[in-house]
Amino acid sequence: MITSISVERLETDAPSTDFDPYTNEVLDDPYPHYEMLRELGPVFYLNKYRAYGIARHTEIDHVLRDPGTFCSSAGVGLANFHTTSPWRKPSIILEVDPPMHARTRKVMGGLLSPASINKLRTMFELEANELLDRVLAKSRFDAVSDLCEAYPLRVFADAVGIPREGREKYLLPYGDMVFNAFGPVNDRFKACLAKAQEGSIDWIGEVCKRENLSPDGLGMQLYKAADDGLLEPEEAPMLVRTVLSAGLDTTVFTLCNAILSFSRFPDQWALLHANPSLSRQALEEVLRYESTFHSFYRTTTKEVEVAGVRLPAEQKVLVVIGSANRDPRRWGDTANKFDISRKASGNLAFGTGIHGCAGQMIARLEGEVVLAALAKRIKKINLEGTPIIHYNNSVRGYTSMPVSVEAA
Amino acid sequence: MPQITYIQPNGESRSIAVNPGATVMLTAVANGVEGIVAECGGSAMCATCHVYLDEASHSFVPPVSEVEHEMLESATAARRENSRLACQIEMPQGVDEIIVHIPTHQV
Repeated sequence: MITSISVERLETDAPSTDFDPYTNEVLDDPYPHYEMLRELGPVFYLNKYRAYGIARHTEIDHVLRDPGTFCSSAGVGLANFHTTSPWRKPSIILEVDPPMHARTRKVMGGLLSPASINKLRTMFELEANELLDRVLAKSRFDAVSDLCEAYPLRVFADAVGIPREGREKYLLPYGDMVFNAFGPVNDRFKACLAKAQEGSIDWIGEVCKRENLSPDGLGMQLYKAADDGLLEPEEAPMLVRTVLSAGLDTTVFTLCNAILSFSRFPDQWALLHANPSLSRQALEEVLRYESTFHSFYRTTTKEVEVAGVRLPAEQKVLVVIGSANRDPRRWGDTANKFDISRKASGNLAFGTGIHGCAGQMIARLEGEVVLAALAKRIKKINLEGTPIIHYNNSVRGYTSMPVSVEAA
Repeated sequence: MPQITYIQPNGESRSIAVNPGATVMLTAVANGVEGIVAECGGSAMCATCHVYLDEASHSFVPPVSEVEHEMLESATAARRENSRLACQIEMPQGVDEIIVHIPTHQV
């Protein structure tokens, strides 16, 4: 019997696989699976999702730098917005192509540029030290809720300028939903959407209104950009929501991945403790070794060849950046080693090209500041139990991580 | 083969043979050229691949885009008329050489 899948398969010479990147078992430890995908070939075909996939660094880099061929306007999740109607209104920055994209990107780029973000450094350092004063007073604590969630919930949400009340309850479920949408519409996504509908979506809509934003925050600057005619008036609250949803869970998870990596590799913590000025570089290695973002989709706008493999037009292509960051073709024999002395620049944790993460400099600042503050005060981080993973279709982090620390 | 030439603040010069389409930033990073940090890896988000485009190369390279213009405001070394982000400059077809000058610092 010829199934519809095998008919599609006849059109390509990409090897096919029944592998499902979204099962809990895979998310528990995706890296051996990623190696399998990389070894299948430069391009593979996921039978279950009827999507192509790419897991090698060179080819992913190429795809992300060619938005004309591998577009975002058909959605960055599995669904093709060209052929099915989107589950929500597409993002006006993430899910648009040039030339429309450049207009919003320019505004967001200026808002989140290093010159703008560096003004936050002093406040971020102060808050990190105050948080550590409280956390380190306890001999044991939950690294996720007490530190990795608490810090961005305070400094990032303050920087955007939303009210403090309600953040813990509503912000994280909202981001969870947004990031699940970078995958298939599966049970995980549906459960998360249902949870976000219990208040989070309404709350976010409310706090993104002009009257609820602090006068000097990033959110208000987007309204001012609209006043100046750089954005349409209705786009300002949409972009405030984008900043909030994109920038919180990801940084929380990046901090989780940092704490976990350093507790697993005490020799690397010893290096950082001895030289806290390595924090920026160490964060980059955390992002490479344990990418926060693991995968999302592009859609082919025309027939195209990638590394000799033909892809037809209008095909979803899964790009597994979490795998690219472990590809020995790019990182050598030590690709699976956590090594903060490595030059990890060129990792794809924030994507690359025109849709590369607009908030990456604020994320780097938060991560660097927390690592430096910890490195100055902590000699050793000990894991005191099994960390509980947070399952999500595209991002990787934890819901709890009991630790103890030894003060310097 | 066409080449990209990088001139350091101390005058030291290094030329690297490239194919058309190669970016000035990626070529520098792949070959360990000093002074190009490129923290964001080419998303025009970090302004740490700031270079000064040589006058001789000016006419070969498309003008600064709005996104690049915005980001150059964040460059650490002084912005000049010929300031560019190396990640946004590709080796054009049919050009023998692109010359860039590296600023004294990027961060």
